Amino acid sequence: MSDMETKIEIKNLYKIFGNDPQSMLEKVRGGVTKDELNDQYNHVLGLSDINLKMPAKGLQVVMGLSGSGKSTLIRHINRLIEPTAGEVWIDGENVLAMNEKSLRHFRRNRASMVFQKFALLPHRTVMENTIYGLEINGMSESKAKKQAAHWIDRVGLTGFEENYPSQLSGGMQQRVGLARALATDADILLMDEAFSALDPLIRTDMQDILLDLQKELHKTIVFITHDLEEALRIGDQIAILRDGQVIQQGSPQQIVLKPKDDYIADFTKDINRGRVIQLKTIMKAPNDQPGPELPGEMLVEDAAQLVTESPSSQARVTNDAGEVVGVVGINDLIRAMARPDIDSRL
Amino acid sequence: MDWLTEFPELGRRDLRDFRKGIDEGFKSFTREYGENIENFFDPLLQFLIWLERLLLATPWPLFILIVAGLGWLASRNIKIVIGSAISLFLIGYLGMWEDTMSTVSIIIVCTLLCIGIGLPTGILMSRSKRAQSIITPILDVMQTIPSFVYLIPVVMLLGIGKVPGLIAVVIYALPPMIRLTNLGIRLVDREVLEAADAFGASSWQKLTQVQIPLALPNIFAGVNQTIMMSLAMVVIASMIGVTGLGQPVLKAISNQYLAMGLLNGMAIVALAIIFDRISQSYGKRLQNYRGGHDE
Repeated sequence: MSDMETKIEIKNLYKIFGNDPQSMLEKVRGGVTKDELNDQYNHVLGLSDINLKMPAKGLQVVMGLSGSGKSTLIRHINRLIEPTAGEVWIDGENVLAMNEKSLRHFRRNRASMVFQKFALLPHRTVMENTIYGLEINGMSESKAKKQAAHWIDRVGLTGFEENYPSQLSGGMQQRVGLARALATDADILLMDEAFSALDPLIRTDMQDILLDLQKELHKTIVFITHDLEEALRIGDQIAILRDGQVIQQGSPQQIVLKPKDDYIADFTKDINRGRVIQLKTIMKAPNDQPGPELPGEMLVEDAAQLVTESPSSQARVTNDAGEVVGVVGINDLIRAMARPDIDSRL
Repeated sequence: MDWLTEFPELGRRDLRDFRKGIDEGFKSFTREYGENIENFFDPLLQFLIWLERLLLATPWPLFILIVAGLGWLASRNIKIVIGSAISLFLIGYLGMWEDTMSTVSIIIVCTLLCIGIGLPTGILMSRSKRAQSIITPILDVMQTIPSFVYLIPVVMLLGIGKVPGLIAVVIYALPPMIRLTNLGIRLVDREVLEAADAFGASSWQKLTQVQIPLALPNIFAGVNQTIMMSLAMVVIASMIGVTGLGQPVLKAISNQYLAMGLLNGMAIVALAIIFDRISQSYGKRLQNYRGGHDE
């Protein structure tokens, strides 16, 4: 992460729900836990001392189960929720200190959002929904429609411009949500469990659309999910949230290979590790044996397929320049894919 | 043990003085401000008279055509169009055309007033808990107090005539407009509002682009209720000098003219059904986007 520029930096962010959050803040800083706060003081600790740096042009996933505070966290980035204490710095500006006018300007131009339940305007057509953000910002209708048509096309909804949301399937509705968010040209995209309400197959479809768009748009995306599989598939960086606290952050591989505690280990054990771990992570020093030359970023699962089809029993791993920097034997591939708890039983 | 069986009443003389105090107070208020208040309502009276004359001057086939046209625009239902035209024709054929025009004009003015007052009030209520807690009991009183009771001060203040009648009708017909506007706006999906916030909508943009459009079906139900209730008030309003279909009904009661009462009563019913079907089917058409595929 250190080699990437930070776009969004969250510092010492606290959110306490209840009648008197400010005085509870002292108690929380003094070490009162979430449960104690709930039982003894009747306040809910939403977020506790969150510190996160989100990379520019990267896809930051925030993963947690329900009640972990992930939706609360994302709503602080565009301040749909007011914090109890803390700062959110974006391009040298603290969002949480903005006045009403600059906050509105920020929401209109710099950060757009996609919602779990789509939150489309039911009385407006696909086109009218897509131009919504532009219209609010005062763009002329003809110009807005031209701009929106491009995004409607990009999410594959051409031909449905005049349909109402209720006439579309869930996946199509979320494409409208995505087009609406992209249309404002904001460089930050906030996605709150954007694909969680969709069927598994359509969810994968939408992930592909998002990854495709991202290759070209290089937006700073903050993606909230409760699904580790999804987090590992799309995230450049993952932060895991529990009880309002960040308990681990890192790349997908780091999360899977070095879970910080039992809670995360428990999560990751059912994951298909072959689809997360890259060759360069498990390679050994190069030798003279033959084998297909594969790039270091290739996933173990894909490599296993290729190695089994080749006559040799290992792969030679190359770097970006195409030089061989290591080897991975078929046994290494199998070991990398095996579940860690089974591994320890042997 | 007298205090158990005898209710602790205010003395007879005290009670009389108490009532007298209120009466005198209101009478002097009337003497002081009656004329000003009357002047205040004068533009309304002028408008009402102008509208009534306009309707009476309109050739009857044109009026029927206009109603039928509106019916078609609102409902796209040929049955409603034909039904409206036939009932209007029958009303005229049975000699009630002029009274009907008077009634229609007062209903139109009353509905416009109720929308003009009710929409902003309903919006205010939906935006502030405090406004809601103050206005709700007032609406309860307006809806339950017997209309004769508020006719007394209105007549004391403004005398007999069209304007006091109009005020009485508005007091009776306004509450559903306010309540349904408030309800409609409060029912707007919280998530859609959050999305509007996330895209930087100002509160005026939220109100005009999201809340009111999504509340429209309920607001329209309010307009429909307002029309129905003002029609129901026509007979009572005629007691204080409102011309229209109510007056012959009143005459029929005091003289036991059965046929006259029935015919005018049926004319009110016919008007009510025409207004109801047209405004309701328009309200329903406003929600087409919800159903998706029909139309």
